[in-house]
Order: sequence, then structure tokens, then C-alpha cells
Amino acid sequence: MQLSEVIPPRLRPNWHYPHVLSRWHFGAAQATQLIGLAVVAVVMIPISLLALRAAGAGQEGIDYLLRPRTLLIVGNSISLMLAATGLATSIAVPFAWLTARCDLPGRRIWLALGLAAMVIPSYLVAVTYSEAFGPRGIVQGLLEPFGAQRLPGIKGFVGATLTLGVVSFPYIALPLRSALLQCDRSLEEAGHSLGLGRWGVFRQITVPQLRPALSAGMLLAALYILSDFGAVAVMQYNAFTRAIFLQTESFRMDKASLLALVLIVMALALLVMQSRMAGRGRHFRIGSGASRRLEVVRLGKWRYLAVAFCGAVVLAGVVIPIIVLFSWLVGRQMTNPVHIPLSLLAGNTISVSALAAIVVTVAALPLALLAMRRANRANRWLVNIAYAGNVLPGIVVALALVSFASQNLLSLYQTLPLLILGYAVRYLPLSISATESAFAQINPRFEEAGRSMGLGRLAVLARITVPLARGGILAGMALVFLNVMKELPTTLILRPIGFRTFATRIWSAYDEAFLSTIALPGLALILASALVLLIVLRQEDILD
Amino acid sequence: MAFALETDNLGKVFDDGFIALREVSLRARAGEFLTLLGPSGSGKTTMLRVLAGFEKPTSGSVWIGAKLVADGSRFVPPEQRKVGMVFQDYALFPHVDVASNIGFGLRVDAAQRDKQVRRMLDMVGLPKFSERMPHELSGGQQQRVALARALAPNPDVLLLDEPFSNLDSDLRAHIRNDVREILRETETTAIFVTHDQEEALSLSDEIAVIYEGSLLQLAAPHIIYNRPGSIQVAKLIGEANVLPARAQGLTARSRLGEVKLYHPRNGEVSLMIRPEALHIDHLDETGVPAKVQWREFFGHNQRVGLALGDGTELVAWTGVERYIRRGDRVHVSLGMPVLAYDAVE
Repeated sequence: MQLSEVIPPRLRPNWHYPHVLSRWHFGAAQATQLIGLAVVAVVMIPISLLALRAAGAGQEGIDYLLRPRTLLIVGNSISLMLAATGLATSIAVPFAWLTARCDLPGRRIWLALGLAAMVIPSYLVAVTYSEAFGPRGIVQGLLEPFGAQRLPGIKGFVGATLTLGVVSFPYIALPLRSALLQCDRSLEEAGHSLGLGRWGVFRQITVPQLRPALSAGMLLAALYILSDFGAVAVMQYNAFTRAIFLQTESFRMDKASLLALVLIVMALALLVMQSRMAGRGRHFRIGSGASRRLEVVRLGKWRYLAVAFCGAVVLAGVVIPIIVLFSWLVGRQMTNPVHIPLSLLAGNTISVSALAAIVVTVAALPLALLAMRRANRANRWLVNIAYAGNVLPGIVVALALVSFASQNLLSLYQTLPLLILGYAVRYLPLSISATESAFAQINPRFEEAGRSMGLGRLAVLARITVPLARGGILAGMALVFLNVMKELPTTLILRPIGFRTFATRIWSAYDEAFLSTIALPGLALILASALVLLIVLRQEDILD
Repeated sequence: MAFALETDNLGKVFDDGFIALREVSLRARAGEFLTLLGPSGSGKTTMLRVLAGFEKPTSGSVWIGAKLVADGSRFVPPEQRKVGMVFQDYALFPHVDVASNIGFGLRVDAAQRDKQVRRMLDMVGLPKFSERMPHELSGGQQQRVALARALAPNPDVLLLDEPFSNLDSDLRAHIRNDVREILRETETTAIFVTHDQEEALSLSDEIAVIYEGSLLQLAAPHIIYNRPGSIQVAKLIGEANVLPARAQGLTARSRLGEVKLYHPRNGEVSLMIRPEALHIDHLDETGVPAKVQWREFFGHNQRVGLALGDGTELVAWTGVERYIRRGDRVHVSLGMPVLAYDAVE
């Protein structure tokens, strides 16, 4: 008895039409794509201007780029990036694991203090390091009883690597820790049951689950290091950003933009590497029901070593800078003749950072959606282009925007919106990356369940996807806030006249060697950032 | 009579060229419990996802009630189909409690929503669980909440994707009967995906046997089992001995001697003989001699492997009143007429 005997075939044509979309349908996808395209277009304005300027140099430009001195700058930047990313990773991996999975004594405190390294601006750390490890710094003072009259100092490669490694490690540790916490315990148990030891489970089961978070974090750290200006400038290490700064300072804009262009190319290479590394893994749970609590690794007597490690991280990242700043506060120094009330600086800094964080988070949402749920080649590239914004040194973004505004949109020149745009170009990737990782962890069944219950795409986004990803999105927002707060070059160039933040105040004081003037805004910046970090960590249940 | 759900020549080819569904036409009456049964990879889950609107069919059409929801020019998104879904891993939203999970799809005022959520919780037997979080529930409880959530908006059709596969067997038998009872009471039309024959046979009003993307047969369980449309269906559902034979009218000659047929046939045929149709006896010599190769004892009955004189192997289910051992010499006979199909192999 075949079916055809039961049901007479309908007298209707048999439709055949091309398969279009799998997970999303029609308008929503295109609308998201359009919004994403618009965001990327806005972000791309300064880069396009930069490219035009560089292209205008022609053969002369090519000659300039092939000069040995230019090639040396490339080598400097690459070696700094590799060394500092390596240092950051070697700090971040054990740190994330210890604070996520082990019975580390006081792990919440270690976590908070360790992540605080991120909120101290690189230029502040570099200034305090170069003082502390300088020829006659604090370290020399401690070593004097042992006959050290004068230390060689750490300016240059060593100082820049040390500063940037310490400052950028939380960019790897944070996503890695989230991923460690979200690992499925039953997968690890399955590994044990298949005869794998603890190390085997870590290597074959835990690490593959962590790879997207780790590679995203390392990419973020590498981009941060490549585009950092503060530490490199203070340590007088001739990497790209410092070279570009020196060129622009002497109004050699063509050369500056040529160098910046090379920097962008390097960043794109990084992005291609990252997308190769991350693979196509989709990391949602497919098991039954809700996840179970993770197993806590008992450290036993290894915990002394673990505490010592965390202590060293906190010492390097937080304690040394704060001690040095305090020593400047109480030490006898020249008094800065220009007095600006701290409350004014604080108000300016906080309001501009909050505004930028909101703008950036909203702008990142469509791009993260495109990257996660519709990861075709075109969308992937769209997101990669948005990522490129982060490698543009703040100073180059700023100059491009300033020249754009002064030539084409005078009404924006030296206004707050232009400043916010500068921040957005720079920090969009932080938010996209965080949001994307958060989306990647969501089981698509949740969204389908919502659809089958009668929720439209927007409702599913608002009531399921975003709430589930809330942690990651807020973490990204906080990262943007913190970074804008301490952002130096963009603020220096794009601020409206007379608009001062903590960062610009510290910079001008360092420039003029009023070390005591650095102390208060520096400590205020650290304190304010620490408060924000604490609030975010609380909200995220990271400290529970 | 209007069907609650109907598909016509439904086809699905994935981007990579994999053909998941081939011209599947099926229908379910209102209140019916229709099971899509097939081995893993047969396309039954794809079928369910196409019905739900999570996948777009590449050919054919889907009706829900009198409404055309997918064909060449039309595609109604999942949220407008009034289709409930219970997922294999339940997909309870981890960020909200049980009550919010159940009330998620309800667009009514708060009082009415609370009432409906309470009604649903009572129905699935979890009246005191409204404030629990999903991870605080056992597997069986999550299953019930998932059902309550899917039923809360009064869907026209409920889709269930292997919802019992993650439960242990004691619980499974219990819960699936509960679920079946709830669906009967609420007169819900349900499309149920499983690869478990026992589950399909015991729960369903109708079974659609799906294999390699094609619908092989759609019929009531007892018809699927007793009168399978093909040898293939017979082998997919339950166990089947297939023997070559030469038929003439209502009888056929085979290695089991002369057997009676249900339908008159002529020429070469393949006989489909269910294991329980074979009769084994140590003493009675009316049948064909055979040797017991192996035996599996299940308490309420036993499964016996037999070899005939020419090496033909047969499987028989038999009662446990007789003690059968490996190596026993027995006689096999057929107590009832059997089905004959076009010769295979």
C-alpha cells in the first residue's frame, strides 16, 4: 500500500525555487546588512581619506617606504607585537585558568586586581616603569645596598614589551575566562570516560572549546599593542605609532599617512590569520537540559605558586604604577603653574566615555549579528573591515577626521560629535568582538523556540538573544568605556578647544615634566576606572 | 475533510547539494498524533524544521490548517505559523524562570498570562515549580516544562523533535504516556519525530516511515507493522525474515515448505515473515527441521536464531514456556498466512 494510493496527487504545479536563506529570512537579513554597511562606511571615512593621501605620494611614497629606516620601523613593530603578545598570553592563560577553574585562595580579589591592570593607561604604566626601573629609580634605590649605583634603564624594546605585555593581558584573560566558565562539564567527563587524563582532557577537549576565545583575545591584544601610542612614545621605541606621531608633529602628513597605510596592511594580515585560526567551530551546547556546575581543580600545595604568580601579576600591573604615582604625590616636585580643578576633568572624562560606549555598543550589534548568524564571506569581510578600525593608531584616525571635517564638514570641526566618531572608529571592534563571542555561545534552538512561540525576529533579538548575550555585550561596553576614558591621541587631536580630560592633562604634564601634576589625575583615572571595573564585574557575576 | 497539516511534494536540498527531502507528501488530521519514523539521517528532523519554518523548502508546499505557509512564492515565518515546538534538548531559556519560559509566547495581559501559566503547570503536573530556574530541574521536569511552554500559546500543530531521547528508560515510558495523554486531552495535532520503533508504534495514530529523504509509507501503526507497504518498510519497522518463494495463487513454495499467502500472487516473490509468526517445536514434526544457533532470553519471551538444513538463517520470537538451548534440533512451521512482495535481491 503506497502513499500514492492513499492520497491523490494535488492538481497543482510542483514548485521549484532556489534555496535562499537558512537561519534568517529575507528583509531582516538585508536590513541588518544595510545597517552594518552604513556603520562600516562611517568607520571607513578616515581610512579612505588616509589611503587617498598616501596614494597621492606615488613613486616618491614607494621610495620612502622602501628606505632602510622605514623597514626598520616595520621590524620594530613586528618584534614588539610578537614579544608583547607572547608575554600577555603567557600571563593570561594561567591567570584565566586559575581564577576560573581552581580553588585559588581569594580568587575573586586576584581576578579584580589582575584585571585592573587593564584600566591603567599604557602611558601611565610606561611613565611609572621608566621611573621605577630608571637609572636612579625606586628599584635602584632598593638595590643600592648591594652596590648598584646606576641601572641601565628600560627605555626602548624591553620597556615597551614589558609595559604592553602587562597592560594588554586582560584582553586575553577576560574572554578566555568566560569561555572556561562556559565549557560544558559533561564533555570533559566524557573525555575522562574515554580514557583521557587531566592533561589529555585539557588538550583535546578544553582547548578546542577555548580556541575562539583565545584567538579573539590574542588578536585583540596584538592589535592593541600594534596601535598603542602611549607606551611606545614614553619608552622612545621607534615603532609605527611613534614614527607616525613624529612625522605628523613636523607636519609631514604624506609620510605619516604612508606609514599608517603599512600599519593597516599589517592589521589586515592579522585579521586573516585570526579568521583562519578561529575556524568554523560553533560552540553551543548540544547536550540535554541546562549545563551543570563546573568541577573545581584542587591546587593542593601548588596554590602557593599560584598565589605567587597572581601576586607578581598584580604587582607589575597595579602596585608599581600606584606606588610610583603616590611617591610623586608626596615627593618634592616643581609646582605646575596651570591649575585645573579635578572635578571638571572628571566630569568631562566620564560623560564623553559613557556617550562613546553607548554609541559604539549600538553600532556593533548589527555587525556582530552578521558575523555570527550569517557568516558568509561578504559579511565576514564587512566585520573584518570594521575590526581594522582598531589598528588605526588613534592619532591617525584623529588627523584623518580633522582634515575631513576642516575640508568637508566645517560644522563638525572641533566638536564633541567628531570626538565621539573618533572613539567609535577606534573601539567598535572591542564591542563587536565581545558581542560576537556572546552570540556564539547561544544555542540557535533558543531563538527557534522563540520564533515557534510567535515572536518575530526583532522580538527574539530583544527578548532572547540580547538577554542571553547581555553579559558579553555589557563586558564589551565596559571595555569601550574604560578605553575611551584613558584614550590619549584621539582626545588630544579631536577635542573641542579647551576640553580637557584626565588623559590630556597627564600628557601635557608629562611633556612639561611636572611629575607631581601627573599624580592626581593619574590616581583619579585609576580609581574611577577601578570603580567601573568593579561594578561591571559584580553585574557580570564574575565576582560571585 | 480538512487536514490540520499537509505537505505536497515537499523537497529540501541544502546549499552543499545534500538532498534531505524528496517529494514528501503527507497529511495529519486534526487531533492526530503523527510520527515521522526513520533512522538517523533519514531527513525526519529536516522535515520537522521545514514544517516549523526554520528551514525553507526548495520545492513543494506546506499547509497548516487551511493556510498555505510555504510554496514557491510564499514563506510564512515561524512566528506566524502557530506551530509549537518541543526540542530534543528542550532549549528552555536559561535566563528566565519556569513561569517566564511558559509565558514567553503569550501576548495577553499579565493576569491572563499568569492564569494560563498556572493552567499549563497544573496540566504537566508541576504546579509548584513556577519560580524555579531551568537548571534546577531534572531532565523529566525540563521535558514537562518544554511541553507546557510549547502548548501555552494553543498552537494549531505541535512539533516534537525526539523529545524523549534524553530521558532514561523508566522515566521515558512514564513521561511519554503522560505527554500522549495531555495531547489527547487538549486535542492537539502533534507531529513527532523519533527513531525509536517501540515509541512510534505505541504512541502514534499514524506513522510516516521516512528513509533517505523519501516517505515510504504513511499508515496506522498496526498496518505499518502487519501490512508494510514494502520489504524495506518491514525491515525498518520491527524484525523481518525475508525468504524467496515461488507463488501460485494463495500458496507459495519456499524453504519452509508450502505457505499460505494473504494476497494471490504468481511467480517469483519475496516472503516477509515476522519472527513471532514462526512456530518452534521439539517434537512436532510437521514443520521443517532446523538447528538453534543462538538464543536471547527476555523474560516475557525469547528470541531464537535458527538455521535450516540449507543454511538459511531465520529469527523467531517465541514464548518462554519451552526451554530452548543452543544446538537443539527443532521443527519450524508457519501458523498463519504471510505477505508476499516482488522478489528482492
